[in-house]
Amino acid sequence: MSRIRIVVGPDDFDLSRECAALIQHDIESGAVAAFVGRVRDFGPDSVMTLEHYPGMTEKALAAIVDAASARWPLSAVTVIHRVGPLAAGAQIVLVLTASRHRRAAYDANAYIMDYLKTEAPFWKLEETGAARTWVEAKAKDNVERQRWDS
Amino acid sequence: MKTLHLVYFARLREAFARSSETLSTDAATGAELVAELAGRGGAWADELGGARVFRLAINQDMARLDDVLPDGAEVALFPPVTGG
Repeated sequence: MSRIRIVVGPDDFDLSRECAALIQHDIESGAVAAFVGRVRDFGPDSVMTLEHYPGMTEKALAAIVDAASARWPLSAVTVIHRVGPLAAGAQIVLVLTASRHRRAAYDANAYIMDYLKTEAPFWKLEETGAARTWVEAKAKDNVERQRWDS
Repeated sequence: MKTLHLVYFARLREAFARSSETLSTDAATGAELVAELAGRGGAWADELGGARVFRLAINQDMARLDDVLPDGAEVALFPPVTGG
């Protein structure tokens, strides 16, 4: 049974602090993989706003992490996803996976991100000055998720 | 007749100028509900009646158009997700 921490909210996160908490009192996990997603600069004064579906978001993330835990031997998982307005360079998402084995930590981390990007109900709105654009889903994201089907 | 609590997100929320509504309907499936909403015309027809892609969730689980709508369900309509 892996230790799971899932947070959805406006607050920023600290990678080293989350990493330390993930493996506190854990001397079995030989591997920790970390992924941090950030807001890319998409123009002057650009602001990205993350909208989500409260209730379903947490449920969808928990299901994704449960599926990863069933597939790989994970000792601990942390998923933090921010919502609300975020400036260029801001952190959006953190996924930490700890396991006895390197390959499990890497693969489970990528699996969680691939499913998060296609099944967790978040939407990005990009604003630069007067222009506002809802980001369109990318076909590539579905292709990357489907590689786990085999 | 059943009662559904409808919620909309992102582009659809803005296009429909509302984030939620309660609907009394005879729609048995997601497809029937979508056809009823598209029948309102305007932005409803544009978003739900044509080529634009949208997703459906029933009681906070991703669903398909042919899934049955239980009475009292929370039904969400939104664009394909773009988080991460």
